[in-house]
Amino acid sequence: MEKRELTCIGCPMGCLVTAEIENGEVVNVTGNTCKIGDTYAHKEITNPTRIVTSTVILEGSGKTRLPVKTATDIPKSSIFDVMEVINHARAKAPVKIGDVVIKDVCGTGVDVVATGNAS
Amino acid sequence: MKSYDIVIVGGGPAGLAAAVAAKKAGNDSILILERDHELGGILNQCIHNGFGLHTFKEELTGPEYASRYIDQVLELGIDYRLNTMVMDIAPDKTVTAMNREDGMFTVPAKAVILAMGCRERPRGALNIPGYRPAGIYSAGTAQRLVNIEGYMPGKEVVILGSGDIGLIMARRMTFEGAKVQCVAEIMPYSGGLKRNIVQCLNDYNIPLLLSHTVVDIKGRERVEGVTIAEVDGNMKPIPGTEKFYSCDTLMLSTGLIPENELSRSAGVAMNPVTSGPVVNESFETSIEGVFACGNVLHVHDLVDYVSEEAAKAGEHAAAYVANGREEAAEDITVTAKGGARYTVPSTVSLDRLGDLLTIRFRVGAVYKDAFVSVYLDDERVTHQKKRIIAPGEMEQVILKKEQLTSHEGLKNITVTVETE
Repeated sequence: MEKRELTCIGCPMGCLVTAEIENGEVVNVTGNTCKIGDTYAHKEITNPTRIVTSTVILEGSGKTRLPVKTATDIPKSSIFDVMEVINHARAKAPVKIGDVVIKDVCGTGVDVVATGNAS
Repeated sequence: MKSYDIVIVGGGPAGLAAAVAAKKAGNDSILILERDHELGGILNQCIHNGFGLHTFKEELTGPEYASRYIDQVLELGIDYRLNTMVMDIAPDKTVTAMNREDGMFTVPAKAVILAMGCRERPRGALNIPGYRPAGIYSAGTAQRLVNIEGYMPGKEVVILGSGDIGLIMARRMTFEGAKVQCVAEIMPYSGGLKRNIVQCLNDYNIPLLLSHTVVDIKGRERVEGVTIAEVDGNMKPIPGTEKFYSCDTLMLSTGLIPENELSRSAGVAMNPVTSGPVVNESFETSIEGVFACGNVLHVHDLVDYVSEEAAKAGEHAAAYVANGREEAAEDITVTAKGGARYTVPSTVSLDRLGDLLTIRFRVGAVYKDAFVSVYLDDERVTHQKKRIIAPGEMEQVILKKEQLTSHEGLKNITVTVETE
């Protein structure tokens, strides 16, 4: 059985968790303080994901950039494809937190949404 | 200008949470003074996620976290002034401020809450030899340029110091197409949170060079590269370990310093370890009716804890305005010893304390499998094992009021780190 040590990034506690792996499957997780650590370890071994945060160009506002994020986590392998799309996107004021800026980014099924308000 | 019961200096996370809590505690005369053109403070440029897990049980970005409090300030109708710089706080709690509309003005207050936050340690404080070329930024300045202004500070980056902002910027610059060569840290451990090492450096194969520092900066007009060397136990560069890294940008993430010019000139007693005011259990400073919270008090890793402390400061300020300073029994001192560098608070009055006493502190070195212990006078009441305790992560112990009251004649609470 293979064991892998991971630092959970689910919250700032940064628990040191140990994942026991058999045939590419996580069979046991120890060291986590809460359920987030368990979920993280399973995902990190099989399909690591991250939330991507960035900015897009903002038009029609006193501000020039609008902060955005992927509404949920996306596969780690598609981060730079998503960044490429974000870098070519523009938003128009007024915008509210939660407004969709890019729909279904890179076919991930995840929207890029505004994380700031602009009028 | 009209007088207010409570004047809050700073409209960042601490000031906002203090204002909301003071209002909810029943005070209707609160003014926030903010020098920036919007509320929210540094959270506005912290566009990454990871905020609010404690407070809201969900993972928010900085602007989202700020907006939760800004919305409350607006809904509660709390007064605030933007683009307004506080110039002085007099011992009688008259606040002098200025802005373009009103010029210089004074606001008499019954209570003042200090919530000015902190500043980054600049290059000048680091003793790095070399010219003064363009391309050297504090990590927070670079963060503002990228996230708010929309400028890229450079294409090839070396980061000195492993504070959280530096780690976050390593990832941010990578996202925007820059090459981050490495993060050099003079200490043998990182100053940032473990999760940030994982998700900002390891994810993108950015090396973290512990016990390394920048010994030379090359370039006259613009940074062309830096020389990094390993340091020995006394933090002196080891000859022969120098290595040149090509870069056009050097970012500094070498520590944060509470911004206490106003506190000092008001005569507030300071703690030399935190560079923040000495406070009691109510977050009240040595001047009656002047409270402090957030990064001006001690530098935090988590905004959630800032909000929590600030809310208490706001509640206590409202209580002070309503009831004045109640006669209280003699204060119990809180002392940091053996590994713990400081504590917040520094004193406790049992008469003013709520049900729980939260003591926050930092350690001076990395401890593995050590114990956080609390002594009430000579009696050990807490002995909590921790896998790892590091200077980069603030620690806390929570004591019940009954524990303190049942210990007769309690004079001192000691927080310490023990190896067994």
